[in-house]
Amino acid sequence: MDIIAEIPKEEYVKKCTSACAGCSSSLNLRYVLKAAGPDTVLVVPACCTSVIQGIYPNTAMNVPVYNIAFGAAAACASGMSNAFRQAGKKTNVIVYAGDGGTLDIGIQAMSGAFERGTDFLYICYDNEAYGNTGMQRSGGTPMGARTTTTPTGKTDAKKDIDAIIAAHDPPYMATACSAYPQDVFKKVQKALTCRGPTFIHILAPCPPGWRYPTEKTIEMGKLAVKSGMWVLYEREYGKLAVSAPSKAAMKKPIPLEDYLAPQGRFKGIDAKTVEILKQRIQKNFARLAAEEAAP
Amino acid sequence: MKKIATGNKAVAEAVKQAKPSVVAAYPITPQTEIVETIADYVTSGQLASRYIPVESEHSAMAACIGASVTGVRTFTATSSHGLLYMHEMTNWAAGARLPVVMANVNRSLGPGWNIWAEHTDALQERDTGWLQVYVATVQEAYDATLMAFVIAEHNDVLLPVMVNLDGFSLSHIMQPLDTVEPGDFIPPIHLPHAIDPKNPTSYGGLTGPNDHFRFRWDIERSMRDSVNVIEATQKEFAKRFGRSYGFTDDYRCEDAEVVLIAMGTFGKEAEVAIDILRKEGIKAGSMRLRWFRPFPKLDLAGKEVVVLDRDYSFGSGGILAHEIRAQTKKDVYSVIAGIGGQEVTYDDLADFVRKRRMGTEFWFGVNTNV
Repeated sequence: MDIIAEIPKEEYVKKCTSACAGCSSSLNLRYVLKAAGPDTVLVVPACCTSVIQGIYPNTAMNVPVYNIAFGAAAACASGMSNAFRQAGKKTNVIVYAGDGGTLDIGIQAMSGAFERGTDFLYICYDNEAYGNTGMQRSGGTPMGARTTTTPTGKTDAKKDIDAIIAAHDPPYMATACSAYPQDVFKKVQKALTCRGPTFIHILAPCPPGWRYPTEKTIEMGKLAVKSGMWVLYEREYGKLAVSAPSKAAMKKPIPLEDYLAPQGRFKGIDAKTVEILKQRIQKNFARLAAEEAAP
Repeated sequence: MKKIATGNKAVAEAVKQAKPSVVAAYPITPQTEIVETIADYVTSGQLASRYIPVESEHSAMAACIGASVTGVRTFTATSSHGLLYMHEMTNWAAGARLPVVMANVNRSLGPGWNIWAEHTDALQERDTGWLQVYVATVQEAYDATLMAFVIAEHNDVLLPVMVNLDGFSLSHIMQPLDTVEPGDFIPPIHLPHAIDPKNPTSYGGLTGPNDHFRFRWDIERSMRDSVNVIEATQKEFAKRFGRSYGFTDDYRCEDAEVVLIAMGTFGKEAEVAIDILRKEGIKAGSMRLRWFRPFPKLDLAGKEVVVLDRDYSFGSGGILAHEIRAQTKKDVYSVIAGIGGQEVTYDDLADFVRKRRMGTEFWFGVNTNV
């Protein structure tokens, strides 16, 4: 069946969010919730979605949303999931957290929840900086990107949170990107059929943070995948499968410069840093290809 | 049923009878025995509950919050640095109006590492919106824990309750314990704002300057309402089980000219000191403050007051002394003693009364009291 026809028409993110124009994170959330359906609770730590959902007494969300402090999302979801399961309820518990709340301040609670086998889905939407506070560097910011706390470009590499999650050996983990909403939808559906902790890491291009025109938000995600700066894959019970768009990119990536040039955050990036980024892409391709080929 | 138990075991026994759906906890001395015992109850099937062995106290309280908002009963226990580590989440639990019950085994704060009794840990949680009760015997640790669930979950309250017991001098002391069959003393929990996917609601989202203060005021309104709920619960407990508790535990205060006020085990030990003083002809009494939040109305008219603080607010003074001064408008003799398990004998307690100098502060073991 055609995936577009399969995606429900029901909307759980109403057209009254306070998201920025061209926000890909709210687009992601729309497809996440279409896949999850109404018997779902979102647990949201401090992040853009804290604001996007609307201001009291209004909400744009048509599922229950539990807002919790920055470092506490996975722990809160852990308690919630256990309470639901103890009561015999199958309600989906989904953490929807940014890169700061996942890679940085929330990593301890997340690691603990994964290690304890919590029955939940953790989604990290990654705009590669602290967007809600005005684009400060996070562990998810790529090398060379300018943020308000790395005004000449970040000198450290992006933290490989997926490798850290993989070390917890969850039944299902995947990467996704807002430019491929059908892929987001399918991966969320698949994650929610698993018992235990599952993880989806979604790249979420951010027009004001990455400094590109709002109408280019889908294009920017596609350029990230086509250049190999972002690789789409899923790992079910430890078995890796690279997703179709990235399979093509791994065979023949577009020049990295095509991804970097349209973004203000990479303005003035030096040749040496571009070379390091290219090397990382190749290393990542090789690593994933080897893992996929392994018996 | 009569048995012998430690303060920690007494708390765990009460929790078993209260049947929380979720217990999330992290070990810390001298509290660990509580959560070990509960984990054993769950593993052995004596308690049908989910025990979540979280990776930190911050996560313990966050997990209790996540569980509680689904409308189920929750419990955790901590102490000292664990309590401080969950401070962000203790504020969240109260602000979210979730009736989490927690035992805090009072212990000093580092550095240096010191595992003995002190009240500064819990008193740093003073302004969070938690109700706080301080107990002095193994029996009371058990009774107060049972009552904590009733009070927290009462729909006029819906605030978390912290049961405080002194590290080692109560947590690890064996005393007689008479357990009860709580029956319907603890009614089924009904959380009016429990999460319901059929009625999607946002919790704790962005709240502007025209609204935020209303939620803060509502915490205070419930804190004031909790006074009646505490009184009614303690009365009902006495009626059913024969043990009476008030906001304070007063000893020979009626005709007393001087009253020694303390919390926790010192408050009970003070009764021995009062007997010593009475034999010397000094008309003294003791008042053990049980409830610190809500802070009770104290009747100390015509009496001199000696306050024993097992805590301190640096640059300001004994925390309990401040609260009593603020409420009674009395100038007190403020004694700071027992910090980090410092030994204080019955005669030392009597001496604080004998050598009182109203309007001054005395650090036991530091100043010379002449």
